[in-house]
Amino acid sequence: MHRHSVAQLVQGLRDKQFSSTELTRHFLDRIAALDGRYNSYISVPETAAMDAAAAADRRLAAGDAAVLTGIPIAHKDIFCTDGLRTSCGSRMLDNFVPPYDATVIQRFKRDGAITLGKTNMDEFAMGSSNESSFYGHARNPWDPERVPGGSSGGSAAAVAARLAPAATGTDTGGSIRQPAAFCGITGLKPTYGRISRLGMIAFASSLDQAGPMARTAQDCALLLNTMAGHDPLDSTSAAVATEDYTAALDNSLEGLRIGLPREYFGEGLDAATGALVDSALKELTALGARLVEVSLPHSHLTVPAYYVIAPAEASTTLSRFDGVRYGHRCADPVDLHDLYTRTREEGFGDEVKRRILVGTYALSAGYYDAYYKKAQQVRRLIKQDFLDCFEQVDVIAGPTTPGPAFKLGEKSDDPIAMYLEDIYTLAVNLAGLPGMSVPAGFVQGRPVGFQLIGRHFDESRLLNIAHRYQQATDWHLQEPPEVAEGSA
Amino acid sequence: MQWETVIGLEVHLQLATRSKIFSGSPTTFGAEPNTQASAVDLAMPGMLPVLNEQAVRYAVMFGLGIGADIGKRSVFDRKNYFYPDLPKGYQISQFQDPIVGRGRFEIQLEDGSSREIGITRAHLEEDAGKSLHEDFHGMSGIDLNRAGTPLLEIVTEPDLRSAAEAVAYLKALHSLVTYLGISDGNMAEGSMRCDINISLRPSGSEAYGTRAEIKNVNSFRFVERAIRHEVERQADILEDGGKVAQETRLYDADLDETRPMRSKEVANDYRYFPEPDLLPVVITDDYIEAIRASLPELPTEKRHRFTEQYGLSAYDANVLADTRPLADYFEAVVAGCGDAKIAANWVQVELLGQLNRNELDIDNSPVPADALGGLIVRILDNSISGKIAKQVFEAMWQGEGTADAIIEAKGLKQVSDSGALEAMVDEVIANNSAQVEQYLAADEARRKKLVGFFVGQVMKLSKGQANPQMVNELLAKKLV
Repeated sequence: MHRHSVAQLVQGLRDKQFSSTELTRHFLDRIAALDGRYNSYISVPETAAMDAAAAADRRLAAGDAAVLTGIPIAHKDIFCTDGLRTSCGSRMLDNFVPPYDATVIQRFKRDGAITLGKTNMDEFAMGSSNESSFYGHARNPWDPERVPGGSSGGSAAAVAARLAPAATGTDTGGSIRQPAAFCGITGLKPTYGRISRLGMIAFASSLDQAGPMARTAQDCALLLNTMAGHDPLDSTSAAVATEDYTAALDNSLEGLRIGLPREYFGEGLDAATGALVDSALKELTALGARLVEVSLPHSHLTVPAYYVIAPAEASTTLSRFDGVRYGHRCADPVDLHDLYTRTREEGFGDEVKRRILVGTYALSAGYYDAYYKKAQQVRRLIKQDFLDCFEQVDVIAGPTTPGPAFKLGEKSDDPIAMYLEDIYTLAVNLAGLPGMSVPAGFVQGRPVGFQLIGRHFDESRLLNIAHRYQQATDWHLQEPPEVAEGSA
Repeated sequence: MQWETVIGLEVHLQLATRSKIFSGSPTTFGAEPNTQASAVDLAMPGMLPVLNEQAVRYAVMFGLGIGADIGKRSVFDRKNYFYPDLPKGYQISQFQDPIVGRGRFEIQLEDGSSREIGITRAHLEEDAGKSLHEDFHGMSGIDLNRAGTPLLEIVTEPDLRSAAEAVAYLKALHSLVTYLGISDGNMAEGSMRCDINISLRPSGSEAYGTRAEIKNVNSFRFVERAIRHEVERQADILEDGGKVAQETRLYDADLDETRPMRSKEVANDYRYFPEPDLLPVVITDDYIEAIRASLPELPTEKRHRFTEQYGLSAYDANVLADTRPLADYFEAVVAGCGDAKIAANWVQVELLGQLNRNELDIDNSPVPADALGGLIVRILDNSISGKIAKQVFEAMWQGEGTADAIIEAKGLKQVSDSGALEAMVDEVIANNSAQVEQYLAADEARRKKLVGFFVGQVMKLSKGQANPQMVNELLAKKLV
C-alpha cells in the first residue's frame, strides 16, 4: 500500500481493496519500524490516527466521503493541531499543545483525512538542511548521510521513504521546493494568500505559504483542492476563487511559452544538475512547449533582500515567545529581565538567534532606511521583473537548487553557504508567485528537481505542466534504494 | 522673566466597539481577569489579527468631526517592545500613515471666548493588558482583558497655552466623541487617557523650549494639577539658569507631583515597520461620504445654532450643547413651551442644579423634558408665578405628577381675579395704617421702595398666589 500514490489510494479505498483503518495501521507500523533511520517525524498520534481512520471508514461506508477521506497525511510540525504537541522544531515549544487546529488542519479533518503525524523541520522553519531542528536532523532516504533539505525536510523524507502518502509543508524561501528536490518528490508552493496561514506558526508573515508535498503533481493537486481557499480569519488570505486543481492536469502543452531566465543558468549551478534541468526542458519541448530566453535583471539582489526582510519580520514575530504565557520558561527567574533572557537563550537555537539579531539590527533606528526599506524597494523590483517576463511567457522554468543534497554537517557552520542553497527559490516568495519543484533525474544516485514558476494564482497551469511531464517520464516513480529493496 | 507655557496633548481614546480591534473578544469593562482574552489576544502561536471594521468607521467619524483629511490608505505598523502585559511583544499601531490626518478643533474658554486647536493626527492602535503587582507574593499577575481594546490616539499641535486651555480642550474632545457615540469617554474607567507634552519659553519667543512628557493622566482635575506642577518645576529650573531635561515623567496623584519614570519604563527604539499580518486599509470616497451623511450635528455647530436660533449667550449655548442628551432635552423643553430663554434658564439653574445635587445625569432625570415644558407654559400664561413654579418643580421632582396636576391639587393657581385681589389689598391697607401714613408722606422716589412692603404683605396673604403685576396696579390706585 505504501507504494501507491494518493490518487491510487483514493481509488483503492473506494474499490474496498483496503480500509482506511488498514491503510493507517500500515503506515503507523512502517513509521514505528523504520523512522528510526530517517527521524522524519517528531510526533505520531497513533490512537487519534486510528480513531480518525475508523471514522473515515464509516464515512466511506455511508457514501458521504470527500476525495481525501481516509487518506493518511503527515503535517509539518508548524501547523497547530488541537490537543497534539506542536513544536515548530524548537525547544521553545517542546511542551506546547495548542487548543486549536490551524485552518489547513481543519480543512483536512473536514474532508476526513487522517493526521498520521507531525514531521521534523528546521527550528521555526529557519534552515535549508533540517539540521537546526531541536529534535535532531531528519535524513535523506536516498542517502542517509545527506540532508533531506529544509525546512520541510521531515515531510520530504517521510514521503520519499514511503512513511506517508503525502505531506504538508511550508515555504518561506524554498522550504517546500528545496527538500522536495533533494528527496525526489513533487512540491508546490502556491501563490501567497492561496492557503490560510491561520494556525501556521509564523516565520516571516509576508513570505510564508503552506503547500502540498507528494509523489506526483496529481497528488499535489488533490491536496491543494483541500487546502486552498479564502479564510476570513487571515487578512492576507486571498479572496480569489479556487478551482478544481485536477481539472486542467491533462491539458495539452502545445504552444506553451516557457521562459528561461539567463540568470538561473549561469555560475553557481552544478553542471550535472544543469544538464538534468536541460533534459527536462527538452522533454517539455517534445510535449509542445516553446523555450524563450528571458531575464530577471535584479536576481543578484534576491539573497540580500530576502535575508533582510525575512529576519526583520521574524525578529518581532518571535517576540511572543517570552516565557510568560506558554512554551518554555527558564527555571526560577529572579526578575523580568532574567525571565526574558534566560527563557530565550535556552529556548531558541543558534540559527533562530542569528536571524533575530540580524532582523533586529535591520529594523533599528538609523539602519531602517539602509536595510529594511531598501530591501522592500528591491523586493518590488524583483516582483516587477517577473511580471515583465510574464508579458512574454506563460511560465518560467529553471533549477530548484544549485545541486543535489549535500552531506550532513557540510554547511552547518557556514550560514552564507547555506543561504545560497535557496538562491533559485527565494525570489518566488519575494514576488508572492506560485513555484513548484518536479523530479528531473539523479546525480550519482541523488535526486535533482527542476522548478516551474507561474503567474499569481496560476497553480493549475504549473500542475498541468508537471503532470504532463510526469506522464512522459518516470523520475518521480523512482524509490530510494532501501524502499525499492524492501528493507524499508 | 515672563514664561509662556506650551502644551500639546496626546489622548488615548477607547473606542466603544463591542469587540476588540483585532479579535472577536468582548470589550466590556470590569470582567474577571483573563475572561475576555481569546487565543488572538494571548498571542498564541499562529494566531492572526483581523481588523474590526467598526473601529475604522469610528476613526473616520472622528476625522470628519474635526474636518481632518482621512488617510485613504493607512497602514498598521508593529511597535516593538517587551513587557509582560504586551502579549505579542509588539503593539499593532499606526506610524507613518495614520487613518486621520490634520484637522482643527474649536474649544470654549471660561470667559466665553473660543480658540481653534490644531490636531496633528489620530491613529488606531490596540491597548495592552494590565500588570497587577499586588496579591501575588512578590510575583506579578497579568490580566489580558484589556489587551486588544481599540484606541484612537489623538495628537494635538503644541497650541495650548495653559492648564485651563488643556482642560477646555479635553472637555470639548469629550463632548465631541460622546456626540459621535464613538466612545463613552469615561475617564475613571480609562476610556480617555492623556499624555501631556509641556515646555516653557520666554514670552514673545518663537522657538520652543525643551519639553517633558507626563504620561497617563486620567482625569480633568489631574491634568490641571499635573500641568500647574510641571510649569512651576520647569520655571524654577529655568529661573535658576538650568536646563529642562527632555524626559518622560509620571504624575503621582497621591503625592501631587511629577517625577521621572525609571529608565526601564521608557523604551527608546520601537523598530516600527509595517505589520505584515494586515493589509493596508484602503478607504474609498463613497465610504467616507456615507459616514459624513450619517453624522449627527456636532457640538460646535450646535452651539452656533443655539446662539443664532434661540438668541442664547455663548456661555448658555456652551453649557446646553455640552452633551447630546442635554441639548436634546433643552430643545424638547423649548418645543414644549416656546420660549428658549426661560427654557435655558430653567434647564441650567433648576434642573442641572437638582441633577448635580443628586448625582444624576440627564438621562435619569425624574422630570422629563415635556413635563418641564408644561411647567414653563404655566409661568408664561400667568397661571403661576416664578416663585410658585419652583415649588411646583420641587413636587414634580418628587414624582407628584405634571405641573397642571400639582397646581390643581395644591391650589397653587395664581389669583388674577380683581375682586379677590382688591379685597386682599384693602385688608393690607386697613391693617397697616402706620405704613400707609409713612408712604403717603414720602416723595416719589421713596414711595417706590415702600410699595414693596405692601406687595409683600399681599403675597403673604395670598400664599404667594397673587398676580404680582395686578397687585402693583391695585396698590397704585388705592394708596392715594
